[in-house]
Amino acid sequence: MTRALPVLTITLALIIVWYAACIPMNAVLTTPKIAAAGGGFANTLAFSWNEVRPVLPSPHQVFREIWNTTAMVEPWAIKSLIYHLWVTLSSTLVGFVLGGLLGVILAIGIVHVGSLEKSLMPWVIASQTIPILAIAPMLIVVLGKTGLPDLITKASISAYLCFFPVTIGMVKGLRSPDVMQQDLMRTYNASASQTLWKLRLPASVPFLFASLKVSVAIALTGAIVAELPTGAVAGIGARLLNGSYYGNTLQIWAALFVAAFGAAALVWALGAAEALSLRRMGAKP
Amino acid sequence: MTRALPTLIAALAAALLLTFAFSRANPFTGMDWFISLLFVMATWAAAWALSWVADILMPGASSRFLVPALFGLGLLASWEAYVQASAIPVVLLPAPSQIIAKFASSVPTLAADFVQTFVRAVIPGWLIGCGSGFLVALLCDKFDFLRRGLLPFGNLVAALPIVGVAPILVMWFGFDWPSKAAMVVVMTFFPMLVNTLAGLNASGHMERDLMKSYASGWLTTLFKLRLPAAMPFIFNALKINSTLAMIGAIVAEFFGTPIVGMGFRMSTEVGRQGLDMVWAEIAVAAITGSIFYGCLAFMERKVTFWHPSYRR
Repeated sequence: MTRALPVLTITLALIIVWYAACIPMNAVLTTPKIAAAGGGFANTLAFSWNEVRPVLPSPHQVFREIWNTTAMVEPWAIKSLIYHLWVTLSSTLVGFVLGGLLGVILAIGIVHVGSLEKSLMPWVIASQTIPILAIAPMLIVVLGKTGLPDLITKASISAYLCFFPVTIGMVKGLRSPDVMQQDLMRTYNASASQTLWKLRLPASVPFLFASLKVSVAIALTGAIVAELPTGAVAGIGARLLNGSYYGNTLQIWAALFVAAFGAAALVWALGAAEALSLRRMGAKP
Repeated sequence: MTRALPTLIAALAAALLLTFAFSRANPFTGMDWFISLLFVMATWAAAWALSWVADILMPGASSRFLVPALFGLGLLASWEAYVQASAIPVVLLPAPSQIIAKFASSVPTLAADFVQTFVRAVIPGWLIGCGSGFLVALLCDKFDFLRRGLLPFGNLVAALPIVGVAPILVMWFGFDWPSKAAMVVVMTFFPMLVNTLAGLNASGHMERDLMKSYASGWLTTLFKLRLPAAMPFIFNALKINSTLAMIGAIVAEFFGTPIVGMGFRMSTEVGRQGLDMVWAEIAVAAITGSIFYGCLAFMERKVTFWHPSYRR
């Protein structure tokens, strides 16, 4: 209860600020209507909070829009946000798996081969100075010309974003066993691969999950941005672009909230997997 | 013997490269697969041997700068040879030489885009976002209730696809740079808040007790102990935000811009199939981002010289 109270208070304050902000933000549109209806405080609220194409939609409008586009239509209909979320999530997950695997493989290589660390590691870091999200739409267009399936081209953006945190985290994790433990493996005459499987990989699991949580969030961002080029007709990113073209603010806000919900669900699922695997490995809760 | 072999390889590779360079005006046109493969192998061998020789001549310094530089050179050479040999059309992947030529011939355009995106949007947005995140973190530190309410939000927002706010901000602040700066503010605020809060709690109990025994107030403790102790965290946020700011400004330009800016140029040049121009913009973005990051890393070194990671 002591933990929930501050969060609830801040949430409530945000909603109140949101409702209050609707009045000045929508004033451009609503002032003539309010005057026509005879003015007054009640009319101001009624028009500011129920504008059809508001500058800032009120919370209940956003949630009505989400309700109308998720629960009131079939999940596979083109109007359904569940369908669009699924399109985005599928490329997110494919990219997440590809990027995660690439990250782990790179980390294993870097830990085991000394020259790889010297030559590859600076470029792993430099690869992230390229604002890949910013050039993602272009890459999609270019990759699309090579004839790869749409899902793979979008997933490759997510994979590119994903591998970096995993590589950095796994290099740290694979090196986390201390000298005593490594010496013990040596006294057992364990080979490099045995040390990897029996000591390094188990020791790196906490690091892996910490990295994966960061990765999955940016993978979703990558997938959304990858949908921005005009070719994409489905997905959260396409909904955002569509809404911004036609000035349909409600559609943008609803898509944003559903994307946020998807992101929270992904991170939560990873957290649950982390708790489960750590418990199976004998960690104390 | 150990020195003779790499020197021999280096000499051979250098000779091969020189032959390529002087055999034609442009050594790459009309290359077939075998020759380009030879070229790539020669480049890699030369790079490898050079790094070996350099390691012997000046150990330490070479491995920090030379090895990654040579690795990158090898990558560029492979890219060039691959594009030339397989005759990939420019609309798919231009060669590095074409990109450099385009870069050199369109410096004024690139400079205008740089000013619009980096100077007008990224820098003000980054300053405002980081500054306000820092101030709110101080407020949160003073009022614990605010901290316990805001921190879960900060952690949630970190997981959200925040670039999605871009169309809304473009709608509110117009097509020009204010909407891009606003996007940067939104993207940089929460990382700064979360990191500063973590940093303010980084000083140990012993040190805080010492400050208390000196009868120092909240402000004195803040300036003499807790802020200096928080500096590694704050710089971490500043560095994360430097890349986030670039991304935010460029992505916001996809949702509507005046006819100048890096994001605008990229999206229109893709439509006109001018991929060499797009890659030139990418080069500008990468160089700017690296210099931005490098400046912050340098400042971090000066400010947090006491941190264990800089000790020798």
